[in-house]
Amino acid sequence: MSKTIEGITTERSEKLITETLNEMPEKAQKKRRPHVGANEPEAETCAVKSNRKTIPGVMSARGCAYAGAKGVVWGPIRDMVHVSHGPIGCGFYSWGTRRNLVQGVPGVTSFAMDFTSDFQERDIVYGGDKKLEKLIGEADQLFPLNHGISVLSECPVGLIGDDINAVTKKMEQELGKLVVPCNCEGFRGVSQSLGHHISNDSIRDFVIGKREFEEPSSPYDVALIGDYNIGGDVWAAKPILEEMGLNVKATWTGDGAIEEIAATHQVKLNLIHCYRSMNYMCKVMEEKWGIPWVEYNFFGPTKIAESIRKIAALFDESIQEKAEAVIAKYTPGAQAVIDRYRPRLEGKTAMLFVGGLRPRHTVGAYEDLGIQITGTGYEFAHQDDYDRTSAEMAKGTLIYDDVSEFEFERYVEELKPDLVGSGIKEKYVFQKAGIPFRQMHSWDYSGPYHGYTGFEIFARDIDMAINSPTWKLVKSPF
Amino acid sequence: MAEKKMRQIAIYGKGGIGKSTTTQNTVAGLASLGKKVMIIGCDPKADSTRLILHAKAQETVMDKVRELGTVEDLELEDVLKWGYGDVKCVESGGPEPGVGCAGRGVITAINFLEEEGAYTPDLDFVFYDVLGDVVCGGFAMPIRENKAQEIYIVVSGEMMAMYAANNICKGIVKYAASGSVRLAGLICNSRNTDREADLITALASKLGTQMIHFVPRDNQVQRAELRRMTVIEYSPEHKQANEYRELARKIAENEMFVVPTPLEMEELEDLLMEFGIMEVDDEENIGKAENA
Repeated sequence: MSKTIEGITTERSEKLITETLNEMPEKAQKKRRPHVGANEPEAETCAVKSNRKTIPGVMSARGCAYAGAKGVVWGPIRDMVHVSHGPIGCGFYSWGTRRNLVQGVPGVTSFAMDFTSDFQERDIVYGGDKKLEKLIGEADQLFPLNHGISVLSECPVGLIGDDINAVTKKMEQELGKLVVPCNCEGFRGVSQSLGHHISNDSIRDFVIGKREFEEPSSPYDVALIGDYNIGGDVWAAKPILEEMGLNVKATWTGDGAIEEIAATHQVKLNLIHCYRSMNYMCKVMEEKWGIPWVEYNFFGPTKIAESIRKIAALFDESIQEKAEAVIAKYTPGAQAVIDRYRPRLEGKTAMLFVGGLRPRHTVGAYEDLGIQITGTGYEFAHQDDYDRTSAEMAKGTLIYDDVSEFEFERYVEELKPDLVGSGIKEKYVFQKAGIPFRQMHSWDYSGPYHGYTGFEIFARDIDMAINSPTWKLVKSPF
Repeated sequence: MAEKKMRQIAIYGKGGIGKSTTTQNTVAGLASLGKKVMIIGCDPKADSTRLILHAKAQETVMDKVRELGTVEDLELEDVLKWGYGDVKCVESGGPEPGVGCAGRGVITAINFLEEEGAYTPDLDFVFYDVLGDVVCGGFAMPIRENKAQEIYIVVSGEMMAMYAANNICKGIVKYAASGSVRLAGLICNSRNTDREADLITALASKLGTQMIHFVPRDNQVQRAELRRMTVIEYSPEHKQANEYRELARKIAENEMFVVPTPLEMEELEDLLMEFGIMEVDDEENIGKAENA
């Protein structure tokens, strides 16, 4: 039996979509229509189309391939120097903006700094290969404790044909460290999603299998894939797995270490949180080394318990016993959080629009707090993500792909949620409209939100947003 | 006295056809007529001004940019040289083949010259000598808005030269639609092929333009080049010098500026067959090897 939400029907959603799109030129309507729909939980495949080029003329919240590579996959690896190869802007504005926390001493064992080849006219005209080679040498000299260097191509590099792969190959031999090229020019693909894929391919071609773990292997060796340690998420998730008796050998890529990532082909199981950005490498490791992978969800106690049992079922009884013990240990605490906040949040609704995972993965955490999700959508998800979304959402709820700001405002205006969870560009628009908002890419300068410890912070933040007395002082225009 | 109008002229044509030689000899001809001229070489090989300067390769704009680090640090006098007949010479320069972006080098160089005031009002002519193949937007920079309005295509009676000329015309049509650039004529740089003048005249008429001059082949050009000089400077009395002076005079007096009408592939092939450049063959033999 699928979920329902009072007042939310397929008819109402379809009418809202039609009315909203009617405001657009005919050609735009025609192109946008397949990307929006009312949820049908029983359907085998979600009817909403995705991963297509954004139509011109609308305000979209998408990024580019470079953003996906630098911001998502490579940036969080703590012990590498990440070089943005090209003009300064891409490097500078992708520097430290995603709150992927790292341990270590900055400049000594972690390198969350902005390294760029800072292209000038002459580098375009004469090529930037030689400068890149020099840069890599200098970076290694200045920061000798780095364990590797990534080179991320910006747009012009793809146009002038700088052979970064030849440079990284040469420098890898020279330095004896992993030096990895990533041809993630921003113009490639329709969104940041291709940048994730290209980065996965770089790991496949230049990283995985090049190192081995020092410690002897055990049957309980796992890797934590697709957690980027936003606000410390990895540090809230990893202890749960360790308490279950699993050895977390590598984290991809939040607070990650490149040589552990390079040795991940030796683990027994890959646990994947963000399917969208890292499924590619899970499939590669499955095909090449026969390593199975399983998706899990550490948002909210219901999904956490489900995921713990799902993971434990793949191991022996000793792990399963410990898994139950973990659930038994943390459930009372989680229940206390629910008891505290649920009475203040029961019956509230929220609408989401985030990247490629959270629009479905966080639904359970809201529901634990008594909040129902009336609409959700992704910036850059693909069909397999939408297929995974339908089952999580109630019948008739709105599903919107690559939603334009215009549409999003109209949908929110009609459905009047008590909270909108989206990005920085949406935040102030909705807050000015008198609607509580949480920035759900960076956890709004808070976090972690993963795991049991994260849930308590999540519940506090959501309550703080929705029940802030501030909103009583704001006159909502509708 | 009426204000003098600077005419900006771009020379295009197939690689190796003799653009640089023809341009410099023509410019020398204009200078000998008392005209003030500037040549801007738009080719990373930087050989558009050496006959005027008697120097193999002067310091190019992009070389200097590479040396100094940024365009902002560059001064006009670093790259602007005076040669025969007070002709101003600049080379855009650029990378060796296979790296970087030579097209961007042309754009950077021309922007620099404009910003630094190289286009002084006393100039009668500015000539852009452009790399043989217009491979990207950078090499079309000289015919963008407010730059060259006149284009001459250097051509010969050889098939590929004519094919290239026709392609260049297609490019001109594109830019003519949004700006004032026009085709001003074909310059036939003779290779002594059969009925060459007739053929190029016929091609010109099909393109809607003129063969402005037929430059006969003469080894005097090569003899002058060995001394890094134009024929006009090396041997002003030689008959080949007269040819270039004649071409210079015709360009100075030219008023025929057209939007060209490029030929379809079949039309061009028909023309070549008519003049016996391409052999007539049965359609059924297309793609068959000689001994098949």
